[in-house]
Amino acid sequence: MLDIIAALPDSAMLSRIQFAFTISYHIMFPTITIGLSLYMAFMEGMWLKTQNPAYLQQVKFWAKPFAITFGMGVVSGVVLSYEFGTNFSKFSEVVGPVLAPLLAYEVLTAFFLEAGFLGIMLFGWNRVTPKVHFAATCTVAMGTVLSSFWILAANSWMHTPAGYEIIDGVFHVTSWMEVIFNPSFPYRLAHMLLATFLSASLLFAGVNAYYLLKEQHIEFAKIGFSTAMIAIVILAPVQILVGDFHGLNVAHNQPVKLAAMEAVWETEKGAPLVLFAWPDEKAEENKFEVSIPKVASLLITHEMDGEIPGLNEVDAKDRPPVPVVFFAFRIMLALGGLMLLLGLAGLYTRKTGRLYESKPLLIFSVAMIPAGVIATLAGWYVVEVGRQPWLVQGLVRTVDVISPLPASMVAFTLGLFVVVYTTLFFTYIYFMRKLILKGPMSVEETLATLQGNEFYDDDLPATLNPAQVDIGYSQELSTYLKDKGEK
Amino acid sequence: MDIALVYLLLIGFGILVYVLLDGFSLGVGIISRFLKGNNQEGIDEKAIAMKSLSHIWDSNQTWLVFGGVVLFVAFPAVYAFVLSNLYLPIILMLVALIFRGVAFEFRFKSDASQKWWDLSFSLGSILATFCQGIVLGALVGEMSSQKTMADPVEWLTPFSILTGFALIAGYSLLGSCWLIRKTEGALHARVKNMAKVLLVAMLAFLAVVSIWMLVEQPSIAERWLVIPDSLLLVPLPLFTLFFAYKLWSLLKADEDPGLKPLGYAMGLFMTAFGGLVAGVFPYIIPGRLTIWEAIAPDKTVYFTLVGILIFIPMIITYNIYSYRTFSGKTSMKDGY
Repeated sequence: MLDIIAALPDSAMLSRIQFAFTISYHIMFPTITIGLSLYMAFMEGMWLKTQNPAYLQQVKFWAKPFAITFGMGVVSGVVLSYEFGTNFSKFSEVVGPVLAPLLAYEVLTAFFLEAGFLGIMLFGWNRVTPKVHFAATCTVAMGTVLSSFWILAANSWMHTPAGYEIIDGVFHVTSWMEVIFNPSFPYRLAHMLLATFLSASLLFAGVNAYYLLKEQHIEFAKIGFSTAMIAIVILAPVQILVGDFHGLNVAHNQPVKLAAMEAVWETEKGAPLVLFAWPDEKAEENKFEVSIPKVASLLITHEMDGEIPGLNEVDAKDRPPVPVVFFAFRIMLALGGLMLLLGLAGLYTRKTGRLYESKPLLIFSVAMIPAGVIATLAGWYVVEVGRQPWLVQGLVRTVDVISPLPASMVAFTLGLFVVVYTTLFFTYIYFMRKLILKGPMSVEETLATLQGNEFYDDDLPATLNPAQVDIGYSQELSTYLKDKGEK
Repeated sequence: MDIALVYLLLIGFGILVYVLLDGFSLGVGIISRFLKGNNQEGIDEKAIAMKSLSHIWDSNQTWLVFGGVVLFVAFPAVYAFVLSNLYLPIILMLVALIFRGVAFEFRFKSDASQKWWDLSFSLGSILATFCQGIVLGALVGEMSSQKTMADPVEWLTPFSILTGFALIAGYSLLGSCWLIRKTEGALHARVKNMAKVLLVAMLAFLAVVSIWMLVEQPSIAERWLVIPDSLLLVPLPLFTLFFAYKLWSLLKADEDPGLKPLGYAMGLFMTAFGGLVAGVFPYIIPGRLTIWEAIAPDKTVYFTLVGILIFIPMIITYNIYSYRTFSGKTSMKDGY
């Protein structure tokens, strides 16, 4: 037992692992819910506009996966708001005057908003009018986006601090505009929001592709699959472009991180693009390197012989762990490439009229379900590990600002988080799988959930009125929709 | 009024709202342990209890995050000191809140595992409440005695364990009063009876904690027992007795008292909270740091104050709207 305690990493390392673990875990859920809430708002808007129950089916079906994903995000997020204080007490004291207000605004403008309207969105179908319900869904979606605005402002400031002065070792703000709209913030916000839209689109596409493959809920699945594939073919190239701008911003502000991403050890003109290598930190060189000459310089400086500063520009103690950053970056790029491929394949099959039948495309879509979340996590590892050994780039070292806790205590809580989070993750996957396999309710069942809903009684034509739906309604519905279309 | 005082009031407001709102939510979780899965009327009491909260628990819990970040904004040194020194009870509370929270999502989507989610709901609520009580007890009891808190289990004392149990009794009282409003029939009668027992228990805990603090802590005794300060504080215990009396009569009467018991139970909490704050003011970490020593730079606190003044009234408004949307007795029909 004593041996185990003696073999523990120090409490600083354990606190960092714990924070990395808990925040990585948390970010998976918002990555899905931010995009998914927009999908749900879109589908509900379409339902109100067209009165086509297939859209209502989509909203009602996704409500459950959304609710459990959102719930997981909430419970794992509360932990983070306290972890600054528990594990990084010195950091909280020194940087709190800059970062805490951004978190406060996140709570005030986003958390309360989401929580306040989520109840109505999920449980209020028969208690408010359709328009109020739609407004609640849109409000939840807006809350999730606002939340990312503030949290990314805070995070970006740690990479490209601006608008501050240091008095007696404590950070004071000189300009809130500069703090919030710091140099890397616009790129990071755009990149992350696109990542969440892509992740949700991939989930949406994959689940609907699964139904098409199994030849279940065909009409339902076509609407979802088609919408998601359009989104992917637009979002994937835009994301690659935004990512490129973000990369240029990194090259400008955090050259050491960029050198680690590309595993450039020596400052070099006309640096090659390393496709694969094993970066050896001791020898300060790449083993087994496969590369294309001059391409890295071309991509980053937009000149064939542009100079890229290498890791040799700073002491070894001021470098991030190169292999983590290098490989995480490549995982993200590879998945981004696959997303683009998926989008293009969708476009092609749509042209040939085989969008809903092409087996390889449908299987590819199902396989890509987790790609968005994995790429997002990999991207965050590039960004956050790449900033080390700094917590605030160039100003605050991570090791200097950690709570003086006994290692055994942090090891205990880390172990607790690993056990609890892992168990809950499998539980979450189990329920997601169960909900997806169960599939959507039929059109009749979906409309019946609005039964006795006073708000719909007058709005709908008698044949569409859930209180009067009978077997023969489908035909009535198509006539109704046709009439509506002609008007 | 100076800004440090404004923030002390804001944090006090945040904590009080949290304690009142998540207090009854956690209380429902605690007493759900003693409700029946299938009662004589064929009703799943545990399901009704959980369902009565499913649309609001998230909003209620958000006040905890609010209290935390406002403390972080205004008194970063206090946020850092308290959280790192009370590391274990804080982390355990957060983990317990996870179990409580996920139960809402998974309970109604499960078939075979419902029992486990009922257990997750009640044990999560009990542990979270107990940890909050420990934190409270450690803050007012131990920190004021100038102990170092370097020892990882310094917070575990007879006094903090007492406050842990006291809070369990108090939240349970709030929870049972909430369920009085939201339920009917046999379940209604059961929670009403529970509330009687819990009222007595809470008053007993309140008395013991108060006496303990007066005996152990001279600074608090001085404020409470020496004229003229004590004259200002006389209304607090009088209000406590008044609320307790009103609550007791409502619980004894036969008719459905609606929302009133919850109101009086919350009144009890407010007087207890007021008494506590009056005892330790103007220290923010009792006995160590005053609010004026701990306040963050002006740029930080004024920038945030603007947001608080704009958004808190809006938050209160739409939360009231949300409560009203789901007013009335809980039915299993609302779903998605």
